[in-house]
Amino acid sequence: MSHAAASAVMGAVFNLNHPAHVVHWHFIKLPLANVIVIGLMLVAFAVAIALPFPGAARRAAARRGADGSYPVAGHPPSGGAGR
Amino acid sequence: MSGAPESSWTVKVREKAVEALPPEKLLPDGQPTYVASWIYMFGVASIASLVVIIASGSILALKGPAWWHYTGVGHFFNSIHMWAVELFFFVMVVHLWGKYWMAAWRGGRSRVWVTGAITFLVAVPTALTGYVSQQNFDAQWISTQAKDGLNAVGVGAFFNVTNFGQMYSYHVLLLPIAVVVLVSAHVLLVRRHGVVPPIEVGARLASVPAADGPPPATAGAGS
Amino acid sequence: MSLLRPKDDTRPWTGSYQPYDLVKEACIAVGVIALLAIVLTVLFSSPDDKPSTIAQWSRQMPVDFVKTAATELDGTSGTATYGPPYNHNGEGQHAAFIHLQKWLGVSHPINTADDYVIRPLETIPDDPALQRALAEYDAAPEKTQKAWGQAYAKPLEEDAEAEEEGKPPPKTVTVNSTTGMVSVQASGTGPVPTMMTSLLSLAQSGGLDGSLLTSRQFFQTDYTKPLLFMADGGLLDQRAEEQHLGGDEWGMMNETGSYPGQAWLWLYAFWYQIEPFKNSENADILVMLAMGVLSLAFIAIPFIPGVRDLPRKIPIYKLIWREHYRAIKPRSNA
Repeated sequence: MSHAAASAVMGAVFNLNHPAHVVHWHFIKLPLANVIVIGLMLVAFAVAIALPFPGAARRAAARRGADGSYPVAGHPPSGGAGR
Repeated sequence: MSGAPESSWTVKVREKAVEALPPEKLLPDGQPTYVASWIYMFGVASIASLVVIIASGSILALKGPAWWHYTGVGHFFNSIHMWAVELFFFVMVVHLWGKYWMAAWRGGRSRVWVTGAITFLVAVPTALTGYVSQQNFDAQWISTQAKDGLNAVGVGAFFNVTNFGQMYSYHVLLLPIAVVVLVSAHVLLVRRHGVVPPIEVGARLASVPAADGPPPATAGAGS
Repeated sequence: MSLLRPKDDTRPWTGSYQPYDLVKEACIAVGVIALLAIVLTVLFSSPDDKPSTIAQWSRQMPVDFVKTAATELDGTSGTATYGPPYNHNGEGQHAAFIHLQKWLGVSHPINTADDYVIRPLETIPDDPALQRALAEYDAAPEKTQKAWGQAYAKPLEEDAEAEEEGKPPPKTVTVNSTTGMVSVQASGTGPVPTMMTSLLSLAQSGGLDGSLLTSRQFFQTDYTKPLLFMADGGLLDQRAEEQHLGGDEWGMMNETGSYPGQAWLWLYAFWYQIEPFKNSENADILVMLAMGVLSLAFIAIPFIPGVRDLPRKIPIYKLIWREHYRAIKPRSNA
């Protein structure tokens, strides 16, 4: 089956059914797809740590006990971080 | 409850379970304010990936191992299954990196780390049994290569990667059960012990009043 | 404090809490991951390279097929000399005194001469010349059988070597382009040429695929025999090389086509690229043992001094919990 036909049958937007482009670096030989996956993992890790997490104001209020609707220090409303 | 005898196994199991994980701990509606980073999302993303893997895998199992080769719908679900596996390992490894750099085994949580590590190590052969069950060229190649590693350590004597029937059974039933049991133990341990608190900074910990919460009662809080 | 249980200053959290909807978070996560998987599916689909069959192998590479079959018959093929779990004709791999492959024994017996050549040929009906050849082979002493087999295999091995080295092939091996039949010119081959010609014909007709699979019973799910036979030959290797799946190319991490593969096998693949593993006859057991030790160490990280302390020494945690540390910073003037 030709690549175009295979692509049509499987309905993929991009046809990846051709031999991989291999990235050579010293004794490391990896197909481009794997390099991209590993690269994305490192980026995801870095971004996950660097990016601020939403809800900072709510957390600050919880620390101050200012928002009133949520219990403050001591025990959590239900359950908690035990040992 | 009713007049069940004190020796009732059911009562004992129930009481132990409720003591370890009361409902409010099992399904809490609050979390410590230090849980404030996107890195915390990778654990639940791992579970979510596993759910999608099992769902798509179940559909493949419903129609049998040959279906996806000759229908577009079958191929579609096979693709979802494959990409969910890629996503699973992606998010699980990032989760692992995060937990390592947080030293998340602290405070009596070493079993959380251990169950997580074993889950990863069991997920690898789960994937392998899937790859050799594909019934295509990839399965032919992977099985004839992987057999050498397994035979070299004697595992090939009872785990034969070229035996499609055996590999399919491991892949569809035995290993997913193992993964689900391990993930459940891992998550229940997190619920039991709570999300690990931040590493304490500063040389004289006991004398630094926390802006948050009461001062430490006694020094020397070891594990 | 002991070596395995470090000084752990982690105190139970007695600070503040924020509202948290666990079930909603889990549902959102499943939705996001499902959507991502669907998007990737729509964009890229998944690979499905058709499997090779013995029929295809014998038609596309008849000389390679006959060469492999000859080595199965004379007991010199990879499978024939593998050792456990297939037979006792090899020692298997070992690491020092650890001979796990041998200790676990032969659990999946394969007699390559019988299973791949003699018994499939015995299923061919109405061929008196073949039946005479089989009878002659069966009646001969083992030493004579081996000599016939090796005499027949020698020109085929020279042909394969010439092809690998890019030299002109010897004239002793020819292929009829119309019938696909292979002729080997050699003396002292006894009935082996007749047997090999019939086997090639059976293979090219598709009969050998089925015969190897259902030799023990009608229903079968164990493809060990046909797979090992094909793996002894060159077709799977050739296809794998085209797709960069070979061991010298970190192949176990790779997928067919340009798809991402099994990146998580990077450390397992790594050892095969460096000495002493790379050229060792016991590479597999050495790599598996190394990975076994590292896997146990991975599980035991909380208990390993040094490794468990690295997160404190390289304070990535300060970035992760920066909001918390800012919040609990002692007021500078009390």
